[in-house]
Amino acid sequence: MSNEPRTLMYRDALNEALVEEMRRDDTVFVMGEGIAERGGSYKVTAGLLAEFGEKRVIDTPLAEASFTGAGIGAALTGMRPIVEILFIDFSLLTLDQVINQAAKLKFMTGGQSSVPFVMRTQGGTGNGVAAQHSQSLEAIFYHIPGLKVVMPSCPHDAKGLLKTAARHNDPVIFIEHKLLYMNEGPVPTDEYLIPFGQGDIKRSGSDVTLIAWSNMIPRSLTAADKLAAEGIDVEVIDPRTLVPLDKELILESVRRTEHVVIVQEAVRRGGVASDIASIIQAEAFDYLDAPIEIVAGLNTQIPFNLTLEAACVPQEDDIIAAVKRAVYA
Amino acid sequence: MASPVTTQNKTLLASLYETIYTIRVFESEGIKLYRKGLIRGYFHPYTGEEAIAVGVCAALREQDYITSTHRGHGHCIARGADIRKMTAELLGRATGYCRGRGGSMHIADMSAGNLGANGVVGAGTPLGVGAALGTSIRGEDRVTACFTSDGGVMNGTFGEALNLAAAWSLPFVLVVENNQYAVSTPIEQTTRDLDLYKRGQSMGVHSIGIDGNDVVTVYDTMQDAVGRCQAGKGPVMIECKTFRQGGHHVNDPGLYLPEDKLQHYLERDPLIVARQYLMDAGATEAEVADIDARVEANNEDAIAFAIDSPEPDLAEFFEEVQANG
Repeated sequence: MSNEPRTLMYRDALNEALVEEMRRDDTVFVMGEGIAERGGSYKVTAGLLAEFGEKRVIDTPLAEASFTGAGIGAALTGMRPIVEILFIDFSLLTLDQVINQAAKLKFMTGGQSSVPFVMRTQGGTGNGVAAQHSQSLEAIFYHIPGLKVVMPSCPHDAKGLLKTAARHNDPVIFIEHKLLYMNEGPVPTDEYLIPFGQGDIKRSGSDVTLIAWSNMIPRSLTAADKLAAEGIDVEVIDPRTLVPLDKELILESVRRTEHVVIVQEAVRRGGVASDIASIIQAEAFDYLDAPIEIVAGLNTQIPFNLTLEAACVPQEDDIIAAVKRAVYA
Repeated sequence: MASPVTTQNKTLLASLYETIYTIRVFESEGIKLYRKGLIRGYFHPYTGEEAIAVGVCAALREQDYITSTHRGHGHCIARGADIRKMTAELLGRATGYCRGRGGSMHIADMSAGNLGANGVVGAGTPLGVGAALGTSIRGEDRVTACFTSDGGVMNGTFGEALNLAAAWSLPFVLVVENNQYAVSTPIEQTTRDLDLYKRGQSMGVHSIGIDGNDVVTVYDTMQDAVGRCQAGKGPVMIECKTFRQGGHHVNDPGLYLPEDKLQHYLERDPLIVARQYLMDAGATEAEVADIDARVEANNEDAIAFAIDSPEPDLAEFFEEVQANG
């Protein structure tokens, strides 16, 4: 069978997406810090320099605001840049260019221009990299009209969504997770794309709808297996793209299970989970049998010490406890 | 600085003068529309700085790009914009360049390679470098001229972005309109060395400072810059010394501008300088008067067009909002 799925790591699935899109379209190029010769800190861009050359695989100085802006300017004039920002924490240096420029140019020019720009970056806790390298900042981008926000949780989704991002005509914030790069999963051999706004049921269940994304998906799936042993059947939904959000998939599940748990690694205050909860209560209030449970990061900076770090973000036990609260409420 | 080839080219000089006067009239009549309440929001006149946009854009070719600033009407006109669609945009009408979504600070004319004005000082510099990067990757013969200002040079994007252009040898010309004021703060208070072009030199960029009120000097310098870019010699920085003939925007009377300095620059008004070049090349008073009359009539026509134009359609706007998710 030509389309026998292979087992690939998340980082290699991303790499395949880049290679395929750069072969397909000469206007796709990548730039970032240490992405060419070194192949990127997480090896996502390994081998690209050899195949596509230094014109399309560009090492930048440590000047995030301006090489991001340069990517946006190139996007305005016919290119399809994929800019890598090493840590999402450093994306804060680019916010004027991303928020005031990329997200608004098509709108402000009355549709004269488009900005097919992708920022690839990674966030989340893991390995004790402390407060300036561990944040989950998706809510910042989620809040801004004009940006798409993509957060794949497995190799299959990572590849299909990155290919879609590379062909998308508006700015995309593509957020990977530092703990997912070495995770393995099946990836089809044949080409495929995953449309934005199409969530995925990662585990079917009938008792409770659990919504999570990025690294909270594998953690929630493990929790769901343990809960199954106790007779609680959890449906795990991964929206995969937070903007656009697959509301219908979520609401359809909520109407069936009547119980909701939302899990996010980001701090609770002002988070995407709260917004999804508000959508559910507004559009499916009559179906809810219990208050919506949100499991989120503490409202804190991320500490260096690994025990303290783990205490700041949702763990399996936190998820299990929240599901039980929702179901037994 | 002015080359005899340019100073003897009456056709070119007439065109430069006409464009400068077009900007002058557009701004002075625009201010009247603002006072009448027909234009809302912010309006940053380009009055006194016209020679820069006109000299730079006259030296550019059809395929080249520009990025503009919040004080961008002059760049837009010099790059060949239709002043009907510009005036309509300033009035927020559906027939404007941005269909009333952008206004004065966000006018763009993509069809003419004008990538847009910018409400954030300094933000256009990385965008311009990116346009130049794209042309370099595609192997095209295009130059990107990026307008910025003394205010923009104080922003971090200046150093980062010009350095990128230098490191990558991009066909990029940074045009610094040094009008010596950042809103109300004089440049003497914000930097130690008033020659901003030296900052470009420190990055290995071919950089020069010139009289920004002299359109021929600007034109000749820009021609040389375009040639350097075409020859693959990398970016150029041109600092054009000039002066704002008024406040930061129409609601700022600019009382902080020193009277003697203002007087000095009014005597070196780019319109007067351009007119003198044209007369010296043999134009008659009648010929100049013809140009003036044509410019004024065109501007009246643009205002009439804008006033007669419809407001943006709300239903259409809501559809767009829906589609953008």
